[in-house]
Amino acid sequence: MKRESIIENIKVRSGKDLLEFTSKSKNRVYFTINKNILAQIAKYLFSDVKARFSTASGVDTRKAVEILYHFSIDEIGLIITLRVILDKSSLEIESLTPLMKCAEWIEMEMHEMLGVNFKGHPNLKHLLLTDDWPEGNYPLRRDNGA
Amino acid sequence: MAHKIIPIGPYHPLQEEPEFFKLHVDGETVVDMDIEIGYNHRLIEKIAESKNFDQVTFLVERICGICSTSHPFAYVNAIDDLIGIQVPERALYIRTIIGELERVHSHFLWLGLAGHFLGYNTVWMWAWRYREPVLDIFERVAGNRQNYAMMKPGGVRRDMFEEDFPWIKKTLKDLIPKIDMFKGAVMDDPVIHARTEGVGVLTKEDVHQYCVVGPTARASGVGIDIRKDDPYAAYDKVEWKMITHEGGDVYSKAVVRILELYESINIIIQCLDKMPKGPIDSGIKDIPPGEGIGRHEAPRGEVIHYVMSDGGNSPARHKIRAPSYMNVASNKKAVIGESISDATIILAAVDPCYCCTERMAVVDYKTGKKMMDGQDLIRLSQEKTERLRGRHNMPPLH
Repeated sequence: MKRESIIENIKVRSGKDLLEFTSKSKNRVYFTINKNILAQIAKYLFSDVKARFSTASGVDTRKAVEILYHFSIDEIGLIITLRVILDKSSLEIESLTPLMKCAEWIEMEMHEMLGVNFKGHPNLKHLLLTDDWPEGNYPLRRDNGA
Repeated sequence: MAHKIIPIGPYHPLQEEPEFFKLHVDGETVVDMDIEIGYNHRLIEKIAESKNFDQVTFLVERICGICSTSHPFAYVNAIDDLIGIQVPERALYIRTIIGELERVHSHFLWLGLAGHFLGYNTVWMWAWRYREPVLDIFERVAGNRQNYAMMKPGGVRRDMFEEDFPWIKKTLKDLIPKIDMFKGAVMDDPVIHARTEGVGVLTKEDVHQYCVVGPTARASGVGIDIRKDDPYAAYDKVEWKMITHEGGDVYSKAVVRILELYESINIIIQCLDKMPKGPIDSGIKDIPPGEGIGRHEAPRGEVIHYVMSDGGNSPARHKIRAPSYMNVASNKKAVIGESISDATIILAAVDPCYCCTERMAVVDYKTGKKMMDGQDLIRLSQEKTERLRGRHNMPPLH
């Protein structure tokens, strides 16, 4: 599938839930979308386009927590990043693990590092931190311990 | 069911990625598996936020002791992407040479360990002996056998000298007959076939579900390689072919790695021939606000770095994902249903530099009594090879 048609498909499927689109370079594009359509767009990329899920980056931007899901479409060398902005008052989003097993670890990691709750994750326990890590202490949060 | 649990791990000083595997076994068969990671979590992503952009290159070089240039390579690609800068051509060739030299020594290292686990200790000694000349090249080029410190955002840190090129080429060409020997040893040995063929199979669907990368994916017939798919450095300026193999078993993974050795040597020699003269650094002064994604095909697969800058001196966020993060998770699929004597080689087949097998122990689930340790399990694997050699009327190895 061509780069342009995939981008167009995501735009159509997102509709008014597409907040921003940036084409940084030939092989790097970013979509900022509302969190309610994340699972739908991820399913399109993973199941229909057969994209490979590379990883996700969780970022505390002080105002909010952003999650960037990086999908790689290897045939054309394109990385599509889906950016979801979560308000700090409701750090919750649908888990992608039921759709793709490869999201299991990275969601566990973002859960313990940033305190994001992934709804529907089958195994949301600690991945990297010890099991007796203090509750509510998130190492990658900027307001941690404040 | 009265399962026994075999804990493997948590880590060994030689291993760069601590892991802990708990194998649930029923008799000789592995029926379930838990993977726990994080025993040596260093939170390098957080440390990166307190270093300046130049220092981060050295920091990420210390993530992995074996493929130490993989992370700096992906990181400098991310910074170059963030700025949108054109790196001088000579630097691109030098980066490629360093990346491929690393693949050669890393694949030799894996070959040796795989031989050891199967009971072929001669293969182990040979593989590590032939890895040495590659480290000698690193020493000549970078001054170090490991942690070469060659990468730099916008270029490379030091130049290569033309007078070294003939010696480097000769050293690499001398390795080709040795690789031929390994190729023959693996492909023609009926016992290695019996031990590795159809063992620990990952199907194409598993590759997609677990998103595994590198030789682990290519051995299942999935042709993904960042060097071809999203070319960077000088990979699109030289002729080479991507190695894939159908099968998805331990044998295919070995074949892919052995054949990749030829390609890597081929790439390095072409780079040495084609390398243009000129500057090696574009002299980046400031990193503007923005974000960049860099990738590198490490010996074990795709390394991906995401860097966010707020215009300051340090990354505002630096996300790192190593290939084993994806590959190790797929062990759960590959090892279930196989026998304990094959577990060591299956877990080693994704090449996590799996030295912690020495820490394996079989423990009775009910009494907590230790039944076997890591040495016993390696012995179990080696005895199986001996039995198979006996059946093929071959002399014993030990």
